[in-house]
Amino acid sequence: MMEILGLLNDGLWLSLQPTNLLLIIVGVTLGLFIGAMPGLGSVNGVAILLPITFLVPPASAIIFLAAIYYGAMYGGAISSITLGIPGASTAVATTFDGRPLALKGRASLALITAAIASFIGGTVSNVLFTAFAPPLATVALSFGNPEIFALMLLAFATFVGLGGDDIPKTVFSICIGLVFAAVGYDEISGAPRLVFFDISGFLHGVNFLVLAIGVYGIGEMLWTIDSTRGKITSTDAKMSVKGIVSDAKEGMRRGWKGTAIGSFLGFFVGILPAAGATPGSLMSYGVAKMIARNPKEFGQGHPGGVAAPEAANNSASTGAMLPMLTLGIPGSPTTAILLGGMVIWGLTPGPRLFTDQSEFVWGLIGSFYVSNFFALVINVAFIPLFIWMLRMPFTILAPMIFVLSVVGGYAATQDMHDVWLMLGFGLGAFFLRKLDYPLAPAVLAIVLGPIAEPTLRQSLLLSSGDPSIFFTRAIAGPITVIAIILILLPLFKKIWTKVKSAKAETPA
Amino acid sequence: MRRAEIVTAGVLALMSIYLMWKSTELNVGYITGEGPGGGAWPFWLSGIMLVCTGFIAFNWYRQTSPPSQSTEPFLDGYGKKMLLLVGGGIFGFIALVNIISMYGAMFVFLIYYLRFLGRHTWVLTMTIATLVPITFFFFFEALMRITLPKGMKFLEPFFNYLNTIIY
Amino acid sequence: MKLTRRIALGFMFATGMMASVVTTTTPAHAWEPTKPIDFVIMAGAGGGADQIARFLQSVAEKKKLTVRPLVPNNKGGGSGAEALIALNGASDKDHSILVTLNSFFTTPIRQPNLGIDIQTFTPITMMGVDPFVLWVHKDSGIKTFEDWLAKVKADNGEYVMGGTGKGQEDSIVIAWMEKNFDVKIKYIPYKGGGAVAKDLAGQQIMASVNNPAEAKGFYESGDVVPLIAFSDERLPNLPDTRTVKELGKDFSYYNQRAVVGAPGMSDDAAAYYRDLFGKIYDTEEWQNYMKSESLEPLPMDAATQKEYWKTQVDRHTELLKAIGG
Repeated sequence: MMEILGLLNDGLWLSLQPTNLLLIIVGVTLGLFIGAMPGLGSVNGVAILLPITFLVPPASAIIFLAAIYYGAMYGGAISSITLGIPGASTAVATTFDGRPLALKGRASLALITAAIASFIGGTVSNVLFTAFAPPLATVALSFGNPEIFALMLLAFATFVGLGGDDIPKTVFSICIGLVFAAVGYDEISGAPRLVFFDISGFLHGVNFLVLAIGVYGIGEMLWTIDSTRGKITSTDAKMSVKGIVSDAKEGMRRGWKGTAIGSFLGFFVGILPAAGATPGSLMSYGVAKMIARNPKEFGQGHPGGVAAPEAANNSASTGAMLPMLTLGIPGSPTTAILLGGMVIWGLTPGPRLFTDQSEFVWGLIGSFYVSNFFALVINVAFIPLFIWMLRMPFTILAPMIFVLSVVGGYAATQDMHDVWLMLGFGLGAFFLRKLDYPLAPAVLAIVLGPIAEPTLRQSLLLSSGDPSIFFTRAIAGPITVIAIILILLPLFKKIWTKVKSAKAETPA
Repeated sequence: MRRAEIVTAGVLALMSIYLMWKSTELNVGYITGEGPGGGAWPFWLSGIMLVCTGFIAFNWYRQTSPPSQSTEPFLDGYGKKMLLLVGGGIFGFIALVNIISMYGAMFVFLIYYLRFLGRHTWVLTMTIATLVPITFFFFFEALMRITLPKGMKFLEPFFNYLNTIIY
Repeated sequence: MKLTRRIALGFMFATGMMASVVTTTTPAHAWEPTKPIDFVIMAGAGGGADQIARFLQSVAEKKKLTVRPLVPNNKGGGSGAEALIALNGASDKDHSILVTLNSFFTTPIRQPNLGIDIQTFTPITMMGVDPFVLWVHKDSGIKTFEDWLAKVKADNGEYVMGGTGKGQEDSIVIAWMEKNFDVKIKYIPYKGGGAVAKDLAGQQIMASVNNPAEAKGFYESGDVVPLIAFSDERLPNLPDTRTVKELGKDFSYYNQRAVVGAPGMSDDAAAYYRDLFGKIYDTEEWQNYMKSESLEPLPMDAATQKEYWKTQVDRHTELLKAIGG
């Protein structure tokens, strides 16, 4: 343990060198804007960095990179809260309560809660990472396909209560998200499927961002204009130091439970390759809602609903580094690019990295701590700017959001086909929104579908088509059972109350 | 609203059937020893969607869902106008991208929205409409190295000139 | 620390600071790119092809070999079909190039309705070929290929291997083994090489066929054991691993790592790219990369590349027919 602290100390010192510190500040700021831009995320930030890393010493390169990574993670929450568009799949759950808070004029509360929760989540996972990286890698490896599928089932289960009261419409929304997730290319049989009208743009599938930006950036915006008759009173929050402090206090008082859940749950889901930060943040939101004293407040603008996913996605992003560093296996697209970067720097990612290149590894971990801290400071410093943006007249803000949506829809896949698709989803979402179809389940489903379907079928291939594989394995079994109970519980509750009320109605 | 509810349910039911039919391009059954075929996932989920639209129609008949009780029009005059002006504006924006480039389309769309829908002053309109594309250009092309559509051939010399500045 | 233009722009954006910019030299060429070069990758982010593309891009930037940047663009959809369609219909043929793997040959064969004729593409540079090796986990106790064959036979169709999908490179090798050694293997397709490697390390699958570069980390730590190489000669990095040729089977299989231009690219542009990637090929960085990642050189001029494509298409047509893919 002392040895670890010594190494961490060296790593921290390395990050605090003047040049490196400057890189961290620039990186975090850049990352913040990249993350806040719908359609771009940490993947893009890290991808642009790669060629630069060739020109500076590897230690400085990774520090810059960690700073961008953290900055982008914080930034994702900003567009979720201020614009209502999740900038990345990891920030979907943040919109559920962040957006309502902003509409109530409490955007600063949401932004500050997100910043603090992110910081705590990042710190908790850094500590867990520092102390337990190698043994946790073994845990990650024991999660095969059946386990991951069981986990996806659990993620869905935590979201059963998310939709509206109209069950057929909620189920419809989930299913359509799952079907869109299947468009493109069947991983198992290797054949193209659901390539509508033979348009080649469908070959790469329906990107999550295309649906999310369509639904939130266009559909929701049109609905807002229509339902308020264009007279939207944007947030009238005033910014002051005192206000920030009192918001920070309120955010933590009401959001500490969510933060705690997100920090730990996010980390453990994040270390599983294939799962990653998105399911982690979704599940944290679901669990925080479930155990809240008054779950009905979630979705109406509860700081806990911002804190849980934000703590989780930061925690999970650090967690996703674990399989990459210890096993050389990327847990997310971003870490996949990082992995390529390490090869360029002449490092071999894998089990021996911790021993052979300890200076690199600890420099990276040290920079996580420092970047996380600066990300908090810089993020809070920028909050007044985002609040100011929200106070612009709606007729200026709205066209900006539409421009961001179109550019973001293009940037996600660099294909005009997806921009048209996004517009189609947006118009469809507008009509469905008017008729009370809940759309969040569809957005969640398109994120989880591409993980759930292949793992289901890979598991069944493994068991020769025998579904009992999900119940008999030591880890998968209990998760599957819990998930099924959680899914059926609200159904039984509903039937039970119906039976009871029916009995009360029948004349004796 | 009430009529829209059943019409939408009908359209969604047709869409579900189309998705089911499209899914049958691959095996939708359960292959012994292998599990579900490549089309099974979308096929059966679309099937569930179809069943859901059935329930939605049933709730409409019983008038239990809020939209099926509502007597308000689905889209009133304001709604129709809004959809045409705003939705049509975005449509025009996207259609222009391939002709006058993403940046040009942005410029035109912002002028349209700010000046004609927002009724802002020309000064404000032109300031925003020029600054936004310029900011986007530097952010995407120079910093992020993501190239956005550049429109038709006649704009090429212009963008090539800009490239000599940023690279 | 030296400031490059991109970092400088970063500073400008983030801090509003102006920084000095480095001037680029202008070499003499008949044709030069006037805009960023669309550097399409036939695979998703993070895979072997992606890694190579980004490495090439990094070398080009470090050595300032291009006046306009190479912009990596992942189009892995439909086994690379998406990338082929994009290049086939590229609006600016002189600024679109492609990093290929063997799906360059297999995808048009397996999806004839795409209407892709790879002979129309413009050959640029063959950067090397990547051999395949059969790996097992060390806890399996299997040390030789013969032991492995015995184990697979004993399991009688229940032996589980993972790969990147039916019709992909590794599945072709596995199908060849099934046919030539009379064994039956349960093949589980995964999304990418990373997921396969993870499940091999976690013993969710029993063996895999991977490039040496992909298995390097686990090999060095001793977690996985190479059994047989599908190369012509023994690999310098795995000198004790026999080749299938030593077993008397005339078979070898490599993944091509080549750069290809869009169909209809002008001769001047093609000459420019051949010069560019020739320079990259000769850099110390690329030569070291090939050595450490076990890539083998296979230099060819443009005409020979077209011939090579023809033989590869014939060969893959046959191999694919054998697996019914």
